[in-house]
Amino acid sequence: MLPLFILVPLFCLILLNVPPKAIVKRPAFWLVAALPLVQVFLTAFHPVAVWDEIRNPFNSYFIFNLSVDALSTVLLLSIGIVVFIAALVGRYTLSGETQRFNFFNLLLVAFLGMNATVMVQDIFALYVFIEVTAVASFILIAMQKDKPALEGAFKYIILSVVATVLMLSSIALIVMAAGDTSFAAVSSAIRAYPASVLVKVAVNLFLCGLFIKAGIVPFHGWLPDAYSAAPSSVSVLLAGIITKVSGVYVLIRMVVTVFGIEQSPQAVLMFVGALSIVAGALAAIGQSDFKRMLAYSSVSQVGYIILGLGCGTPLALAGAVFHLFNHALFKTLLFVNAAAVQEKLGTVDMNKMSGLSVKMPVTGATSVVALLSTAGIPPLSGFWSKLIIAMALWQSGQYAYTIIAVLASVLTLAYFLSMQRRVFFGKLQEGLENLTEARLGLILPAIILAVVTVGVGLAFPIVLDKLILPVQNILK
Amino acid sequence: MSPDLTQVFWPFSAAAILLFVMGTYYVLVTFNLIRALIGVEILIKGATLLIILAGYVTGNTGLTQALVITLIVIEVVIMVVAGGVILCVYRNNKSIDVRELRSLKG
Amino acid sequence: MAINFILVVALLLAALWTVMTARLIRSAFGLALTSAVLAILLFRLDSPMAAVFELSVCAGLIPVIFVTTISLTHRLSQDAFQIRQKERWGKYWYLLVIVVLVGVLLSRRALLPDVPLPVVTHPTDVRIVMWNMHHVDLLGQVAVILAGVFGVVILFKEVKK
Repeated sequence: MLPLFILVPLFCLILLNVPPKAIVKRPAFWLVAALPLVQVFLTAFHPVAVWDEIRNPFNSYFIFNLSVDALSTVLLLSIGIVVFIAALVGRYTLSGETQRFNFFNLLLVAFLGMNATVMVQDIFALYVFIEVTAVASFILIAMQKDKPALEGAFKYIILSVVATVLMLSSIALIVMAAGDTSFAAVSSAIRAYPASVLVKVAVNLFLCGLFIKAGIVPFHGWLPDAYSAAPSSVSVLLAGIITKVSGVYVLIRMVVTVFGIEQSPQAVLMFVGALSIVAGALAAIGQSDFKRMLAYSSVSQVGYIILGLGCGTPLALAGAVFHLFNHALFKTLLFVNAAAVQEKLGTVDMNKMSGLSVKMPVTGATSVVALLSTAGIPPLSGFWSKLIIAMALWQSGQYAYTIIAVLASVLTLAYFLSMQRRVFFGKLQEGLENLTEARLGLILPAIILAVVTVGVGLAFPIVLDKLILPVQNILK
Repeated sequence: MSPDLTQVFWPFSAAAILLFVMGTYYVLVTFNLIRALIGVEILIKGATLLIILAGYVTGNTGLTQALVITLIVIEVVIMVVAGGVILCVYRNNKSIDVRELRSLKG
Repeated sequence: MAINFILVVALLLAALWTVMTARLIRSAFGLALTSAVLAILLFRLDSPMAAVFELSVCAGLIPVIFVTTISLTHRLSQDAFQIRQKERWGKYWYLLVIVVLVGVLLSRRALLPDVPLPVVTHPTDVRIVMWNMHHVDLLGQVAVILAGVFGVVILFKEVKK
């Protein structure tokens, strides 16, 4: 059954492009929105074990080597949620039938690529699907062909290819040591020669490539440009899930199951994580562009995930994965809010707006939920994941990093509150008297995400038990 | 590792590293988008050489050739997309000089 | 063995020319030349199929893409490049240091793999590996090509003004 997560989107993609465009343009949205919803339903309500039991007729003809564990389940769920939201936002913000149709097609390609990335069991297949996702996102960023978008796309292309080259060189060295590219073979080879320089170089090259992909601080140059210049629906997709899958998920997967925590440079991971947290938060304070500020905040939040990963205890890993999931929720929500503001005002410059809450109550309220969750205010979902990471850090004796993590949380609250005060609270900016709330298509995803964020926070024992704590099992 | 393989190994890996250095230099030095793309291509050439070398040294050429063929397919697609982006940049502001592009702040 | 060595030197010279030449079109041809030499090297390293792909696609198709892009965006600032060529040595001297360091490393032969080489389990025929063992990768290739088609459709279309 697992190959269906790749084959069905591919089939739909072909289905959308074979008949004459006039027939398929309208139903395209429904198809693209339905697929991720089905995926959310499957991952949320059916345990992974059930899927492997179901035999599919393909298995006798094709060798796919896919497998799903607790970590992949969390990611499949987040992919479903964010792609669905992005499809909704795209439908209501992109102008022109053709542009929307192109967006849905590329969304399907990215969807397919991400689904495959979280399921494959082979480093080379991992590389291939990271590239599938990346190519789709290059085109998505450049889609509207305005100057900043093209620049963001080009920067992303160059840095992404550099990251790829680092990963490929690492794969070459790994082939030299292991003779194969499957996770199992690589993992046993790397554990067999812990002192080898070749293996160390390979591990570090791969991690460097992933740092670029994930936009962690020394390598984050492309990220704010790409996020802020892309069309709103694409920024939702990029910030919510694409960089999280092709950078952060792959990083967790490589460090935990392939390289093994002991063989990875834990100290480096924790240091870059902490650096990202602080530098991202400090850079976010100085921004006047709404989307750019969110992008830097994203850098900062990814830092927490890397910090938890670097700590390496089962609890810290669970916290990191939980934060990854939460980040997909609240960052998507914030970018949906940004899309609503951009749709109504035509700008994302925070100096040109104030007091929007009066006229856009839903957008204002949902953004408060998102920012409180990001800053880690109980009982919202972000609080629990940050708490778990901080607890795990404290338990393993990393007191300095714990303090940085907690203090940076205050910093997060500071820049979000200043944003909130400037944009949504206070007196209404002159000339905006006729402003109305964004249309239902943009409010609906915001409400859904806000409800999910609050729900995950309130029902966190269930979520933790069913979804997050099983992640510890992948740490053998 | 036999002496023959040793003699193959070091010139080739050195060549790959030098290709990486040249590619990096070209990407850093230029203000022209097409040149940056060519620099990136040189980087990919280095990676190709390294992969094939790994296959030759371990006698695993079936796997590494499959990798390189896939890599080449992806490389072409990326170059086509990047070429399209450059073309759009040119249509937008009649120049492909990076210095005229720096409207976004780092 | 001597042939391999000459080919490696030729590869590096071609790449150096690509990087150093002042005219953009020559740079693109230099890249094609680099690819062609690399294809011969791949052939000599027991990888004929990869060599064929490298020769036909990287030495044949990619320069076409580059030349098309260059001719569509002609009249570039050539002179600026020549002026900068002098000052860039001052700016990127550390790359030279890296080259020297690589040389030192090589003279000590530190680049050899320090692990025992693995026993090969894969068949050495690339056709078997590709078509019988890596079906997911083939799916990925199909998806990448489809994405590329959308890229061409979206990016190469003229915007009506």
